[in-house]
Amino acid sequence: MTVKQISIFIENKSGTMLTVLETLKSAGIQIIASAVSDTVDYGIYRIICSDPDKALEILRTRGISVTIADVFAVELEDVPGRAADAVQTIAMAGININYLYSFLFKGKGILIFRTNDTEKTIQTINDAGLRLLTPESFLLKEE
Amino acid sequence: MEDSSKYLHPDKETLSRPELEALQLERLKQTVKHCMNSPFYKKKFDEMGLSPDDIKSLDDVRKLPFTTKQDLRDTYPFGLASVPLRKCIRLHSSSGTTGNPTVILHTQKDIDEWANAVARCLWMVGLRPDDVFQNSSGYGMFTGGLGFQYGAERLGALTVPAAAGNSLRQIKFMKDFGTTALHAVPSYVTRLYEVMKQEGVDPRTDTKLKVLAIGAEPHSEAQRQRIEEMLGVKAYNSFGMSEMCGPGVGFECEYQNGLHFWEDYYIVEIVDPQTLEPVPDGEIGELVLTTLNREAMPLLRYRTRDLTRVLGRTCPCGRNHVRLDRMRGRSDDMIVLRGVNIFPIQIEMILMKFKELGNNYLITLTTDDDNDNMTVEVELAGLFTDDYPSLKALEKNITRALKDEILLTPHVKLVPQGSLPVSEGKAVRVVDKRKVYQ
Repeated sequence: MTVKQISIFIENKSGTMLTVLETLKSAGIQIIASAVSDTVDYGIYRIICSDPDKALEILRTRGISVTIADVFAVELEDVPGRAADAVQTIAMAGININYLYSFLFKGKGILIFRTNDTEKTIQTINDAGLRLLTPESFLLKEE
Repeated sequence: MEDSSKYLHPDKETLSRPELEALQLERLKQTVKHCMNSPFYKKKFDEMGLSPDDIKSLDDVRKLPFTTKQDLRDTYPFGLASVPLRKCIRLHSSSGTTGNPTVILHTQKDIDEWANAVARCLWMVGLRPDDVFQNSSGYGMFTGGLGFQYGAERLGALTVPAAAGNSLRQIKFMKDFGTTALHAVPSYVTRLYEVMKQEGVDPRTDTKLKVLAIGAEPHSEAQRQRIEEMLGVKAYNSFGMSEMCGPGVGFECEYQNGLHFWEDYYIVEIVDPQTLEPVPDGEIGELVLTTLNREAMPLLRYRTRDLTRVLGRTCPCGRNHVRLDRMRGRSDDMIVLRGVNIFPIQIEMILMKFKELGNNYLITLTTDDDNDNMTVEVELAGLFTDDYPSLKALEKNITRALKDEILLTPHVKLVPQGSLPVSEGKAVRVVDKRKVYQ
């Protein structure tokens, strides 16, 4: 089981991230976590949000270069060393992690990462007894 | 010719204007008659109800039809020949892979006359049989190679056909062979100078260089002066185009006050590119050339698309052949970069093959550390991937495909869709920041 991440192609210049954020804000979409790294010409702005399908649609409508990527969201106890254990499990299976970022969500540590081998990754995580989050995990609570 | 003579062809170079124009009229009449051997011109004349006998004065050149690059493409490869192919001994073809290339045919006489013209140019800037002439221009189809080769041989210089590239070897040749004259595109001269500096070679003391011929790509007066300061020698501007043989069409004399266009070889007209009417001397217009002593493939009123203006018809050097300004731009969208002619449509056709890309792109030309470079910004159609390696691979594939087409390696930059400026109506595709047309 994977979750949907919004990936946005942005130019390395001021104001480009703001456009994305304001678009999501206007649609009432909550950002759970996001990551972007410093690159030369352009970057990929990766976002876990409350409604990725709606986010994709509205960003596309605005003419923004965007795609959805299936990534893994592993839930970990909020204690030291759990991330190392989880990544060791993946590494021992010979799986290469393309990128990874983490955050705290509802008292749990969440590791978001992507690999080239979805099936093997799922099996490895299940075999290790780790918990994978589902897309529903990040839905906004109904008011 | 005696080394002490200022002119290689004094009987042609120092003609008075009336004498020169009488010669032009005589040659124009012959040329027009000869053109009737070409099916292309025969048909054109018939359509226009024009006869070679209608050419009675030099002004009658305006009665003649224009010839365009498209005509050369449409008649590819031999449709514009005015002699049987068995009389031709060489052809030069443009590198363009978009649409038909162009072909220029030469008889033995054409090759001889071409060599004479180039020899005249080189003699004018001081070359003599004692000189060692190194040609660092591309050979093969590029006319700057064989054109200068034959011209320098005709003059009697010792020639070093070094061809383009391999700067270390170029510098070794210059030192070992005592090169006194060098021909190269301006951007390559600055490249050579950089390598000389790295290698600790001082061109003023470690070489015998005394003259440079630069051409085949637009360059400003400031660039020329920088090149002259770098190497400590005079650099003379050369104008040529494959349609007019190649180099040897126009060249600067010692006064560097414009390029003398050889009017015993060509009729020079400057016209308004829109109305095609002549513009007054001093005003910028499109250069139109009619060949006067070409045998295999005479061209009438060929639209060069280069923009320039008449500076004068006299000169302290004693030559009355018209002086034209350095090229000030183009009346079409052709880019000349490092001696290579590129049309934006060539780039567009490559980009459109990549389904990951949108329709908008922008070509920017810059001069960085004396090197002319091209950046191609391309808009993504959307986002097809979530990872950097795929984007890098796409950039690399686009770069390679472009290089195969335009023979230069551009810097390819992916940009988000909608981020490039779209002007009203026609999109701006090329931004030239090189300031070469000054």
